[in-house]
Amino acid sequence: MYVAVKGGEAAIANAHRLLADRRRGDRAVPAITLEQIVEQLSLSVDRVMAEGSLYDGELAALAIKQARGDVIEAIFILRAYRTTLPRFGYARPVDTGAMLVERRISATYKDLPGGQLLGPTFDYTHRLLDPALAETGEPAPPATRPAGDEAMPRVSGILAGEGLIEEDGALPQDHRTGDLTREPLDFPMQRDLRLQALARGDEGFLLALGYSTQRGYARSHPFAGEIRIGLVEVELDVPELGFAVTLGRIRVTECQMVNQFQGSAKAPPQFTRGYGLVFGQSERKAMAMALCDRALRARELGEDVTAPAQDEEFVVSHCDNVQATGFVEHLKLPHYVDFQAELDLVRRMRREVEEARAAGAADREAAE
Amino acid sequence: MHEREGAGDEARRAAMAVLAQAPGDMLDRLWRESGLPGEAEMLRGPETGLVGLRGRIGGGGAPFNFGEATATRATVKLPGGEVGHAYALGRDTRKVRIAAILDALARRPEAAATIETAILAPLRAALAEADARRRDETAATRVDFFTMVRGED
Amino acid sequence: MHDASVIEGGFARPVFDAQAAFRAVMDAMARPGTVQPVPPAARPPAPLAATAGAVALALCDHDTPVWLDTPLAASEAVSAWLGFHTGAPRAATPAEAHFAFVAAPAAMIGLENFAQGTQAYPDRSATLVLQVDTLREGPALRLAGPGIEHEARLAAAPLPRHVAEQWAQNNARFPRGVDLVLAAPDGIAALPRTTRILSRED
Repeated sequence: MYVAVKGGEAAIANAHRLLADRRRGDRAVPAITLEQIVEQLSLSVDRVMAEGSLYDGELAALAIKQARGDVIEAIFILRAYRTTLPRFGYARPVDTGAMLVERRISATYKDLPGGQLLGPTFDYTHRLLDPALAETGEPAPPATRPAGDEAMPRVSGILAGEGLIEEDGALPQDHRTGDLTREPLDFPMQRDLRLQALARGDEGFLLALGYSTQRGYARSHPFAGEIRIGLVEVELDVPELGFAVTLGRIRVTECQMVNQFQGSAKAPPQFTRGYGLVFGQSERKAMAMALCDRALRARELGEDVTAPAQDEEFVVSHCDNVQATGFVEHLKLPHYVDFQAELDLVRRMRREVEEARAAGAADREAAE
Repeated sequence: MHEREGAGDEARRAAMAVLAQAPGDMLDRLWRESGLPGEAEMLRGPETGLVGLRGRIGGGGAPFNFGEATATRATVKLPGGEVGHAYALGRDTRKVRIAAILDALARRPEAAATIETAILAPLRAALAEADARRRDETAATRVDFFTMVRGED
Repeated sequence: MHDASVIEGGFARPVFDAQAAFRAVMDAMARPGTVQPVPPAARPPAPLAATAGAVALALCDHDTPVWLDTPLAASEAVSAWLGFHTGAPRAATPAEAHFAFVAAPAAMIGLENFAQGTQAYPDRSATLVLQVDTLREGPALRLAGPGIEHEARLAAAPLPRHVAEQWAQNNARFPRGVDLVLAAPDGIAALPRTTRILSRED
């Protein structure tokens, strides 16, 4: 018999009301503003924008506030919001070579044009809790030094001069840039779609996979060829004007991972590359993305696919934390009927096993 | 299907870029102080939507999508028939409406000069100053490598 | 300067006007053969008809390539109007189009030239918007199928050549196939792929 049940409306309404109260916290403490979140929790905002796949700091801050600081919940909220907006078009690809650089380092070349610029980094901090931050004092203003106008070419271009590194990833001339927000996923996929999935993928998942490639789960000998963070222009072709219009600038993190490659039937020994490009200041994510991108090129480069990070379907199908949280968290929804059916089934199987055992014992007794 | 092409396009493009990057409150203030006429019919928007953002594989290879950004656009028509467009990242509909009116007004030679001096020049200066400060702050974190003196005299 | 007709004539109240046009298309699809009024909210440049223009504004966007038949494609203003107000790109071939707009149905190419969808994704097919002079005074079609209790009559003209035969072939491709919206000056009617034409009086 199937019995439909309903109920819980009052409980749900009160739970939401309680949530709003707990979100507010102690009302004697001033409520946090979106400006405060944007300005002072900016790397949380960056992560929510990157994995929410929507560049809008104020909306990401609102999502973080609404989610009580739970970034995956905030990412979910931002993804839901973006589906309500119409698409105006695709911008022209951003030119990271023309970036207004805020940080730029290379682990492969000490002296490179434009220099090593540390920028606002956690590197070289001692990771000791700073009690001064618990007080209200203001930090010193940043130091300055005349910047000059030295160009900052991408490191990949420097290596390319010797022909020892593969070129920037090309796809066939007639390839139409894929968009996984528009077409269902289909495996195997091209590198452009994989990069899109990785760019919005969960930082923790990609970090763990990237780490696994370093520990031997996929042959990988990576160097951080270059990491650069800064502002790039966004331009959109506007048909009614007949030219491209600048819409503004966004902050991105780009990582060029350089991997030694012994060569295969498909490609000579050389340096190959993995690429990462992420919204905001998101260095760990961009590096993990680049490691995963390189590992996922195993088939293309004629390498054996032996490790999870090289398995395109495994990585791409599981890197999205909105999909993952939806499927994991749905388990807490009522499954009363399913479970009753399983309970009946297990009881019946148990009874059958016991009956068979009893029958077997009776047979043995009879035989003795 | 688009409007006339030529030298005017480059100036218009540059002005639209300045307006798109302007802080909304600053544009609002400069606009009010300029005394330029604000009467306009909205032909489209201001409306907020999404722009698909693209990078290139390896920095210079094939394009790929890496997310979207909110963007707002507007198209206006002035009583004199001039049409103006504006696009900007974000959701500031007021800013984009003003930018579209300014784009239309700039079709009038007599208004174009006022727009340049009262609005575009201060915005451009503010942007250049902010960029220069950002560059100088970053430059102060540049690593100067020293070669250590070795012991062999 | 732009021809003003290109950037004017969009929905004045985008949300409500689009909802009204969408509602008309939905009801027309749900009740094949019925004539649904479309509020005169769109003013596209000729030869795109007002009702067809309203359908375009309600349904087309940046993700829906649009194909235009020869008379519509010949008008730069029509292309520019659709581009400005919907953002829809022009499809290079009929097979790439999500929507097709046809000003001269009697001269149009065969229905099989348009995207038919796949067995796995039958929704990846084209919706064809045919501009007709009338939905009430042409040769009557007797219709049957889902959404029609017994039988419906639709007297649209002009229609594609050999419409009954072409439509039978379209039915045979089910679940693949195209859907038709017939846009007349006083409203729209629809022939979804599930509707059968029982007979045509000539």
